Amino acid sequence: MRKLRFHPCGNFKETYEEELAIFETDFGRLWMLIGIVLLFGVIPFVSSPYILYVLNIIGIYSIAAVGLNILTGYTGQISLGHGAFFGVGAYTAAILASKAHSPFLLSLLAAGVMTAAVGFIFGLPSSRLKHLYLLIATLAGQFIMEYVFVNWESMTGGAEGIVVMGASLFGLDLGNDRTFYFVIFAFLVLMIWIAVNLKRTRYGRAFIAIRDNDRAAEGMGIPIFRYKLLSFAISSFYAGLAGALFAYFTMSITPEPFNLWLSIEFIAMIIIGGLGSIPGSIFGTAFIVILNELLSHVTEYLMNVGASEGMAITIAPLREFVFGLAIVLFIIYEPKGIAEVWRVVRSSFRLWPFSY
Amino acid sequence: MKAFRGEPSIFASAQPEDRRAELEVKNLTLKFGGITALSKIDLSVHTGELVAIIGPNGAGKTSLLNCITGYYKPQEGQIFFNGENITRLRTHHLTKLGIGRTYQNIELFPGMTVLSNMLLARHVHCHYNAGRASLFLKSVRKEEVRHRKVLEELIDFLEMQSIRKKLVGSLPYGMRKRVELGRALSLEPKLLILDEPFAGMTLEEKEDMVRFLTELNEAWNQTTILVEHDMSVVMSISKRVIVLDFGVKIAEGPPEFVQKHPQVIKAYLGDTATID
Ligand SMILES: Nc1ncnc2c1ncn2[C@@H]1O[C@H](COP(=O)(O)OP(=O)(O)OP(=O)(O)O)[C@@H](O)[C@H]1O
Ligand SMILES: [Mg+2]
Repeated sequence: MRKLRFHPCGNFKETYEEELAIFETDFGRLWMLIGIVLLFGVIPFVSSPYILYVLNIIGIYSIAAVGLNILTGYTGQISLGHGAFFGVGAYTAAILASKAHSPFLLSLLAAGVMTAAVGFIFGLPSSRLKHLYLLIATLAGQFIMEYVFVNWESMTGGAEGIVVMGASLFGLDLGNDRTFYFVIFAFLVLMIWIAVNLKRTRYGRAFIAIRDNDRAAEGMGIPIFRYKLLSFAISSFYAGLAGALFAYFTMSITPEPFNLWLSIEFIAMIIIGGLGSIPGSIFGTAFIVILNELLSHVTEYLMNVGASEGMAITIAPLREFVFGLAIVLFIIYEPKGIAEVWRVVRSSFRLWPFSY
Repeated sequence: MKAFRGEPSIFASAQPEDRRAELEVKNLTLKFGGITALSKIDLSVHTGELVAIIGPNGAGKTSLLNCITGYYKPQEGQIFFNGENITRLRTHHLTKLGIGRTYQNIELFPGMTVLSNMLLARHVHCHYNAGRASLFLKSVRKEEVRHRKVLEELIDFLEMQSIRKKLVGSLPYGMRKRVELGRALSLEPKLLILDEPFAGMTLEEKEDMVRFLTELNEAWNQTTILVEHDMSVVMSISKRVIVLDFGVKIAEGPPEFVQKHPQVIKAYLGDTATID
């Protein structure tokens, strides 16, 4: 039997192949196994319907956040259009499902591809524009897509939206939140794995190089513009896939959720979670979704208690305020996000009890 | 002369065609608004040569390299590489054609390790596509391992074993220059272009660098263009020297000839630099 490795005290790797492994130690692999067992074997069976609902939302948004992190965290291109890209995926899947009765997996794939194409097009300005200017260009993309969602009534159903009826996969009814949980998290695991793979090949390296120094990246033979577009397309594919899952999950979509606010939330997720960190994308998403849920409970509670109209008006912006505050606090105190906090906690555990 | 620190396989297994580097610059003129950075430059570099380009500050040396590597687009003139007109080609394309370079102000990625920096330069030698990469198929893994081997050989060659996992930002200046050479070599360039690789180095570091460049050129037939201020270094390693002053080529020839050339002496004495 192969010797198991638990603590990485020193570098004992014997082949270059070992360095390409995702987990350095068997301990890491063990943790992942435990995580998978919890994720698929325990959590869905002990969670209340409400918790399950929140987890599903976290899972869906996480896919989009991982994608946005590829674009923003790795490639250094900001997008204020990911809310709309998410919407493009949702609408593509919903239209295919309702009009063409397309099977679940096919709609998902088509939504991803469609959104990748849209993202590719809205990524075109990145050939000339950087930073703030690119941000404005993607913002324009957001508004154009919103306009299309509302006004292309024959396709999108306008403000009324589309109802997505009873999808099924391998004969299982996806209307059931628990069944859907397995689908969402299977896709999340798959998409994380793909992101990790891209990161450890020439694509991830090229993205990071473009982010850090595009002049030198070009000198390394990396066609900057082509790779920026690739990054936009990959990232949008993630957003589209997540949007499609969202459409099937909520079973009816309207233009409303895919607004600028959602784009900002996605950015908040990856900033708070940690730019350029895949686990960070998930931490950040969980943070934002849970914060959202808590705030809506608090607002609801205060509305009931306060009862007076004046009070209600003062609490309405509470959500935006707490959001802004959370982002500012993270930028000031932990600019590397929750991923960094996690890393610190983990490394102090690793040395425990000899933590000096 | 043979390399004694191992034989990097990318050199040892290279075919003559992989090493062919015929550069031809014709009548090159580059202007920035009113400033003429380069004026009617003609020069050629042949396979296996180590040519030095010298000249006082602001002479246009870096601008010339930037034209050859596609960063600047000249107003007039043409550049040919192995018979192909490359004047209008983009930098990344030129890298792919086999022109690799270092920069005067070191353009490494300071937040990455030495290895990651060099791995980046393997980009053009990776043959897998995005689909295969996203699934990390066996063929991708195999290729990555092969690149890692190539880099380890280069690291041995440049005697950088002890710093391979260090962040570039934490290294002393002279060492970074060496890492940048390593990164340029990872590109497997047919034509290697170095912009002041000795600047800011200690004497010992300079000696090492001279050793590497000589060995590359003599043992592995590496065609090299070297821009340098330090005359003594230039005199000791290159057989042909091109002198620029105010964007004009004022002299060309063997080091001894150039050193005694009246216009060169004048150019240098007008500047603060001296010829020793
Ligand atoms: N991007 C640019 N924009 C405007 N002028 C430039 C630019 N690059 C170079 N120049 C000008 O071109 C001339 C030549 O500069 P260059 O950097 O090529 O000189 P150099 O020989 O490399 O000098 P040094 O020894 O200081 O590195 C200088 O007058 C410089 O100011
Ligand atoms: Mg210069």
